[in-house]
Amino acid sequence: MTLARADQASRRYGDVLALDRVDLEVRAGELVGLLGPNGAGKSTLMNLLVGLRRPSSGRVELFGRDPRDPASRRQIGVTPQETGLPGTLRVGEVVDFVSAHYPDPVPRGELLDRFGLGDLARRQTGGLSGGQRRRLAVALAFVGRPRLVLLDEPTTGLDVEARHTLWDAIRAFHSDGGTVLLSSHYLEEVEALAHRVVVIGQGRVLADDTVEAVRGIVGVRRVSLVADELPELPGVVRAERVDGRLHLLTTDADELVRALVGSRAAFADLEVRPTSLEEAFLAITSGTGSQEQAHVAAQSAPEDPAPAAAGGRPTTL
Amino acid sequence: MQLALVHARYQLLEIIRIPVAVVGSAFFPAAAMIFFVVPFTGDDAVGATFATASMITFSVMSANIFQYGVGVAEDRDQPWNPYTRTLPAGPAPRFAGRVLAGLALTYLSLIPVVVIGATLTPARVTPLAFLVTAVTVAVISVPFTLMGLAIGYSLPSKAAVVVAQVVFLPLAFGGGLLSAPGDAPGFIETIAPYLPTRGAAELMWSAVGDYRIEPLALIMLGVWVVLLASLAAWAYRRDEGRRFS
Repeated sequence: MTLARADQASRRYGDVLALDRVDLEVRAGELVGLLGPNGAGKSTLMNLLVGLRRPSSGRVELFGRDPRDPASRRQIGVTPQETGLPGTLRVGEVVDFVSAHYPDPVPRGELLDRFGLGDLARRQTGGLSGGQRRRLAVALAFVGRPRLVLLDEPTTGLDVEARHTLWDAIRAFHSDGGTVLLSSHYLEEVEALAHRVVVIGQGRVLADDTVEAVRGIVGVRRVSLVADELPELPGVVRAERVDGRLHLLTTDADELVRALVGSRAAFADLEVRPTSLEEAFLAITSGTGSQEQAHVAAQSAPEDPAPAAAGGRPTTL
Repeated sequence: MQLALVHARYQLLEIIRIPVAVVGSAFFPAAAMIFFVVPFTGDDAVGATFATASMITFSVMSANIFQYGVGVAEDRDQPWNPYTRTLPAGPAPRFAGRVLAGLALTYLSLIPVVVIGATLTPARVTPLAFLVTAVTVAVISVPFTLMGLAIGYSLPSKAAVVVAQVVFLPLAFGGGLLSAPGDAPGFIETIAPYLPTRGAAELMWSAVGDYRIEPLALIMLGVWVVLLASLAAWAYRRDEGRRFS
């Protein structure tokens, strides 16, 4: 059964196309990670799905209905931004307030205990630490015994321990049969929780696959070195020369370095670094559009002169 | 309806947790009462009663313009407000809750004025007139609530504070609230009927005592209500369109 669906959903803010014909289906029992760099359109998609915004074109549905119809939101849970909790209200009061909107809410004590907030019911939310506030914000998504929770960047800015507490709570909800759609710009977070990953970039769905498959796409590393001429190397997604250094983006840095050393080509100052998610996305999205095409383009580089760089000598890869 | 009460309750809680805000909205009218009414009434019971009614009008106006003008503008800055719209209820209960909470706070802010009027001046009303006056307060809240909503939904919070402060004094003086009925300086008597404060004050005067309402002021009050309602509705829709469409 499909709990949430976007069907060719687009959303425009003035001149900016924030979402571009996005298709997404979240089925009962899934734990889906929505992965993408900041500004990719994750929050916009979330806002459409929870009924805060209307798509400019296309459709979005919750339980087969329009999310803007309050009744369709009875079985979802949403997290407020942590900074949005009313500072003068006590933790218990905030929970009671949200509870009042649901027919069968989780008892307050039980909910707070589940998120490690049991001792804080009488504290004003303005006096909580950032981590406690974040946990309260996430806890609110679970008050109404939802079937589907939509968590927009639930652990951004949390320390490791607080993050793991939240992950445990999300996993527990999922193993009880709950469905989760969670956005993040951390690959690590999505890997830790999700089974299925939807990668969003520049408002479009770039990939919708298992965690393993997506890790292969976005787990790109940057190998950089100083070299004049290099033989053809395996697994290069993208190559560029900046200030005399050659930067190779690759899905398999070990294999690339092995081949590099094996080729006995002269090089100096070798560095291998993980790329940011942004870089990985850029690598798979820029120009050619898909990983396979980018791969082919990089391998066919021998005929192309490298971008003009110090020395201006043609470089082959 | 149940939910509107829940929203009203929590909005009141939020406000009452910052007592200065409550004291603030009650302070100005009480101070005006002490400086402008108490020293001048002597033992003129009728004059004191009318003056107290004027101060109540003043109080209703400032309480509503400020709490809606500034309160709504501040709320729009908070991410909590969009969050409440993801709950299975929509915007209506929150709006209704705000109006209920606003009315409750308006009555609260009137207490000092009424107490000062009853103890430090010879102002007197019959129990029936007291009840009629209490109801009239809710009626005259309407234009000022609409004015506050128009300010709050159309301006960012910092601008809303300034505009609320700028509009409320001229309205109070211009409407003749600081003078006895019919006894304001000439030019004020000329412009007063065209201001919403005057129509409101006349309703209050006729509630507390023997006063014949000037039809022009009442007609203009009606015009203001229509005008402010359209302005508030326009600002509300524009804001909704920006943030929730």
